[in-house]
Amino acid sequence: MTVLTVNGKQMQADVDPRTPLLWVIRDTLGLTGTKYGCGIAQCGCCTVQIDGVATRSCSFPVSGAVGKKITTIEGLAIDGKLTKVQKAWVDNDVPQCGYCQSGMIMAVSALLKDKPKPTDADIDAAITNICRCGTFQQVRESIHAAAKA
Amino acid sequence: MNAITRVNRRSFLVGAGAAGGLSLGFTVPSAANAADATPEVNAWVVVKPDDTVVVRVVRPDMGQGSLTGLAQLVAEELECDWSKVTTEYPTPGQNLARKRVWGAMNSTGSQAIRTSQEYVRKGGAAARMMLVQAAADAWKVNPAECAVDKGVISHKASGRKTTYGKVAEAAAKLTAPDPKTVPLKDPKDWKIAGKRLKRLDTADKVVGKHMFGIDVKLPGMLIAAIRDCPVNGGKVKSFDASRVEGMRGVKKVVQVGESGVAVVADNFWNAKQAVAALPVVWDEGPNANVSSQSIAAMLKEGLDAEQAYVGNKNGDVKEALAGAVKKVEAVYAYSFQNHATMEPMNATALWTADKCEVWCPTQNAEAALAVTIATSGLPAAKCEVYKTQLGGGFGRRGRADYVAQAVNIAKQMPGVPVKLLWTREEDMTHCSYHPITQCKLTAGLDAAGNVTAWKMRISGQSILASLAPERLENGMDPATFQGLTASSPEGAFGYNIPNVLIDHAMRNTHLTAGFWRGVNSNHNAIYVESFIDELAHAAGQSPLEFRRKLLKPKQLAVLNAVAAKAGYGKAPKGVFQGLASMHTFGSYVAACAEVSVTDGRLKIHRIVAATDPGYAVNPAQIERQVMGSFVYGLSALLYGEISVKNGAVEQTNFDTYNVMRIAEMPKVEVIVMPSGGFWGGVGEPTISVAAPAVLNAIFAATGKRVRSFPLMNQDLAAV
Repeated sequence: MTVLTVNGKQMQADVDPRTPLLWVIRDTLGLTGTKYGCGIAQCGCCTVQIDGVATRSCSFPVSGAVGKKITTIEGLAIDGKLTKVQKAWVDNDVPQCGYCQSGMIMAVSALLKDKPKPTDADIDAAITNICRCGTFQQVRESIHAAAKA
Repeated sequence: MNAITRVNRRSFLVGAGAAGGLSLGFTVPSAANAADATPEVNAWVVVKPDDTVVVRVVRPDMGQGSLTGLAQLVAEELECDWSKVTTEYPTPGQNLARKRVWGAMNSTGSQAIRTSQEYVRKGGAAARMMLVQAAADAWKVNPAECAVDKGVISHKASGRKTTYGKVAEAAAKLTAPDPKTVPLKDPKDWKIAGKRLKRLDTADKVVGKHMFGIDVKLPGMLIAAIRDCPVNGGKVKSFDASRVEGMRGVKKVVQVGESGVAVVADNFWNAKQAVAALPVVWDEGPNANVSSQSIAAMLKEGLDAEQAYVGNKNGDVKEALAGAVKKVEAVYAYSFQNHATMEPMNATALWTADKCEVWCPTQNAEAALAVTIATSGLPAAKCEVYKTQLGGGFGRRGRADYVAQAVNIAKQMPGVPVKLLWTREEDMTHCSYHPITQCKLTAGLDAAGNVTAWKMRISGQSILASLAPERLENGMDPATFQGLTASSPEGAFGYNIPNVLIDHAMRNTHLTAGFWRGVNSNHNAIYVESFIDELAHAAGQSPLEFRRKLLKPKQLAVLNAVAAKAGYGKAPKGVFQGLASMHTFGSYVAACAEVSVTDGRLKIHRIVAATDPGYAVNPAQIERQVMGSFVYGLSALLYGEISVKNGAVEQTNFDTYNVMRIAEMPKVEVIVMPSGGFWGGVGEPTISVAAPAVLNAIFAATGKRVRSFPLMNQDLAAV
């Protein structure tokens, strides 16, 4: 039995320890806000934070997350109070289809922890998530808006 | 009373309390039910006693904003309070049961708003008339003496007031007015439509609650992973289920139709591992001999073939070319593309001998229902499809191949809900791809540099031949000539040239062609707009001035708009500009791209884009569609290529089918300039000008005319 700490709660999963964290989060724990996009850490849809570090959970074995703090998109807003990143996303109507936005928001939240006032170059280097709808312009504007909030 | 027919309303609350005391609960999409116990005013509008307005929207929103736009149009005519508007989705089964009262349910071809705007506005207006009538009846006054503002009905003479919520039940009992007699507002008077309102569906998307097909969960549900024959048209010869049946979590190994095998397991990872390990012998058939080279050779032959379908003919091209002072000729090629929606194809199905239900992300729920009926072996009345949210569509989700697979698997496990999810690899290799084409263009110029003849031969795949052969006209695919016809309101050739011949040598490949955002106008715009640039260069004229002399008025207007805003001809040092314009999906669009090329490396600095869609229902969302269309179009230009080896698609994931990231995306400045009098599309038109504007800017920067793509395969070092 694998014991995980997800969004501040202890959870148990009876899975092969090599299973990517993504599928444990989605299929075993039922937290479907974290998405599958590629399975090879290319697209960033599955981004969660492990001890505050943005991590592509599709390529991260669940065994590696034991004893660490896992945060998923469901764990950002406490008691329904949106974080400043989520708020900027709502204020600027960032999402189109929305599928990549969980991963995008997790990656951006980690960036702002490291660099509270990121430059465009910082954003270019840190945010490599794929968005096929093409929300990049709103993403960039909203990162700056969240940094100012 | 005409309350909405409820088709087996399902609303599961799933408790997964075992894991560390965590309690999860969510509802799966179900038949329209927001109006429980409240009768509808008409098919489009339900008003609850608390004045909440439920607008029925049947065109899927896969991110393009049509949910909000369509609700705006209904609310505009309804004269309700926008802050009290919610939406709900009728199912295709309900639509069928009510003789398609909601009309078509597709969001394809940039049609969601433009092809339904009139009847949804009339739906809102008719509901308003009935609500006012109900209040007037109660007050025993003439409804013409009543006024409405934000859902409040008032009678000035007597000072009486009531709200929609209070009269909705009475209104529901009235006879609906004849739609022909329902007047609509002049868009100039719009207060809700036409405004930059925020989307209605954002909140769930920032907290992970927006429920996509991949997120569907039903009690007892199992998950399937599939492998279809790697060579399209091939079949399963045999497979050895015993080799994987003992693997962790595996419940069943099944064949899916003639060409697929699937493993059903307790979770996706286990299903994926097992289906990958499953030994399968394929009968790949003759298509295994096909390669990108053999396809290119077939298309090249078509460029000069005797037989071709004529799409646009005017004057005598042959004679005009013979008399031309200067002749210009060029051959272009455009490759297959994959939609690569972020959410891979998936569908969940539950089959019993008495009922078949499907939950899926679809751009056309009626098509998904038709496939469900055909595959389930059950009558229409026993089938239903519940549309989930869509993680992108771009045309791919108009096809329901994955629905057929899910139903096929579920039928082999009666009573067990099965969610079929494609791996990215399956998705990349089993698409209905953007068609592959080549194009030979020949033009004649007179001594003054005027274009006297335009000959354009497209050779390649027909989408309709692949997906909708019943729509071919005497074998010809009229959709091939998107943006190239003589006069279609859907998209006409923009240039006034006296002698024109545009034709198509249909050369179909074994890969299925499909509708890919922008469809045929993607390559058509590259061919036309690059070649017009070539002609301007050959005539020694400015690409802007050269186009201005030839363009029809509305297309000229959008081109002038981008040229003015971009400051055409006044680019910063080292930066070069390129233009393109098009009339497609009913809209007029143009772009000016600014690029630099340093040591062969391209940087796109800025895009100025303009669109004239006739009417702008929500300019803020239109701007986002235009920006997004450039990400999609430029991704294809820079990186997009699906190639074929031994009959199979070579690209398998985003490592081999790369797309743009934020670092590469320039700022897109959008001009929305609706001129009225027609309803054009929004989601797709501007993608067509993305690539040619950049290509023409690359030519300006390097003197190099790139005629085959993607650019990653090209050397852009200046010549």
